[in-house]
Amino acid sequence: MLEFDLSPANDTRSGFGAGLHELGQKNPKVVALCADLIGSLKMDAFKKDFPERFFQVGIAEANMMGVAAGMTIGGYIPFTGTFANFSTGRVYDQIRQSIAYSDKNVKICASHAGLTLGEDGATHQILEDLGMMSMLPGMTVINPCDYNQTKAATLAIADHHGPVYLRFGRPKVTNFTAVDQNFEIGKAWHIHEGNDVTIIATGHLVWEAVEAARELEAEGISVDLINIHTIKPLDEEAIVRSAMKTGKVITCEEHMINGGLGSLVAQVLAKQAPSLMEFIGVNDSFGESGTPDQLMEKYGLKSKNIIAAAKRLMEN
Amino acid sequence: MVSNQELSRIASQVRRDIVRMVHAVNSGHPGGSLGCTDFLVSLYFRQMTINPTSWNMNGEGEDLFFLSNGHISPVFYSVLARSGYFDVAELATFRKINTRLQGHPTTHDSLPGVRVASGSLGQGMSVAAGAAQAKKLNNDPKLVFTLHGDGELQEGQIWEAAMYCAHHKIDNIISTVDVNGQQIDGPTEAVMSLGNLRAKFEAFGWKVLETNGHDLEQLNATIDEAKSLTGNGYPILILMTTSMGKGVDFMEGTHKWHGVAPNDEQLEAALGQLEETLGDY
Repeated sequence: MLEFDLSPANDTRSGFGAGLHELGQKNPKVVALCADLIGSLKMDAFKKDFPERFFQVGIAEANMMGVAAGMTIGGYIPFTGTFANFSTGRVYDQIRQSIAYSDKNVKICASHAGLTLGEDGATHQILEDLGMMSMLPGMTVINPCDYNQTKAATLAIADHHGPVYLRFGRPKVTNFTAVDQNFEIGKAWHIHEGNDVTIIATGHLVWEAVEAARELEAEGISVDLINIHTIKPLDEEAIVRSAMKTGKVITCEEHMINGGLGSLVAQVLAKQAPSLMEFIGVNDSFGESGTPDQLMEKYGLKSKNIIAAAKRLMEN
Repeated sequence: MVSNQELSRIASQVRRDIVRMVHAVNSGHPGGSLGCTDFLVSLYFRQMTINPTSWNMNGEGEDLFFLSNGHISPVFYSVLARSGYFDVAELATFRKINTRLQGHPTTHDSLPGVRVASGSLGQGMSVAAGAAQAKKLNNDPKLVFTLHGDGELQEGQIWEAAMYCAHHKIDNIISTVDVNGQQIDGPTEAVMSLGNLRAKFEAFGWKVLETNGHDLEQLNATIDEAKSLTGNGYPILILMTTSMGKGVDFMEGTHKWHGVAPNDEQLEAALGQLEETLGDY
């Protein structure tokens, strides 16, 4: 019950790097592009072993998105790498027209998402990317929670035809999902069965949700815990089934509440299973400089905030 | 080889198609379309190796063309139809509800001949660069052509792509700029001067050629020269001087017909200047 075989803590971006390198060996159609952030994106190994399939783009992300779209014409599967802010907000129209509307098989791989980017501050801490990408028709949006899940997701998206946004982060985090797991796009992971309150979490907030669930269970509150790694297409069935059971739902994300997982889940539940809801996320605010832990604390994204939200729901 | 005389006859029909298409829906962009007609007819009927009847997205073994200034979709659609990508009758659906011939080109409805959406300017050179690199990875010796408006060069992404092509020695790409000196708000020199385009592209590492875009002899000789220069480690640019609205006297040389359709009388006057050579759609 909420016990896991832990692998050594690691960063999700390294899971991406490992997955990309494995793809280089497995799939000769996989190519990689990077906008001057090879080390940060952990693309070194791919570059070293598959130099003819690696393309340095320089600090020119708009061009990178277009070049990637073009490489699909000829049968290649491009993986672009830069920070999440420069993978989305900076190049939204390039993604919209040349990739999404043109149905190009590009995998937009985005690191340093959210507050846990840390000291660089708000210019780099994008908190709107899941919303922006989810709004694009045909885009698949994935936000894995640890190293193992990110690696598995990286492998899975190569076999999925169509544009994908894969979001991951900078800091080393608890690595608790299964090694060499089978990653099924669009299929929620039901971590724990419970009856009193549903907690739905994505990305780095999944481990916080696990810790919250442990404490709540210890206090006698039964938690139905779900990991939504695929924001789009959303596993509506898993969400509705759980909400029908508990009638109380908390969403947890390292993202703006407005337009992110919380909004999307609320939309589903409003129609199919109206529930009391609480939203753990950033509330209409930019981030700032600080350590990842300080920022998660200041902006209310810790397990204690999830626990408090659960108790508020239980009082209703 | 298709003669200049035959190219000229095809161009006349394409120009008829353009004015009829925009007139029928009272919208679209005739000026730049008429200005680029001789270029696109030369590309599709003489210069490019194409396979219109067995269309596929990847286009291996074919030359590829990317229209970056997507608003001149009328000339693109007419040339695609007239060269066999789809039935010319479909030109009558241009910009109408449920059409594959959207206001700006799209792959969304699987229209043969279109490989990427364009319309939001400045993106086509990047896409073409990627397609050209894919050709190299596939050991496909065919070429990639692009067309851009001169006003479009005001978009920063063009220069990102120009830098990229030179750095990566993409020498299987031939980009052409339609230098008509006009954009929506007026002459490019008044709106946002482009400066010395030859010097700019040369400074970015491109080989630059110049041509008149309506003299079929000179235009095709320039494209021939551009093709002969491929494979030398640098990208190639053609600065093509054209007259916006070419072929219809009252539309020529002004930005006023950039995005305006002719009325009934203007249509009749325009068609009076353009011989019907291949049969109207």
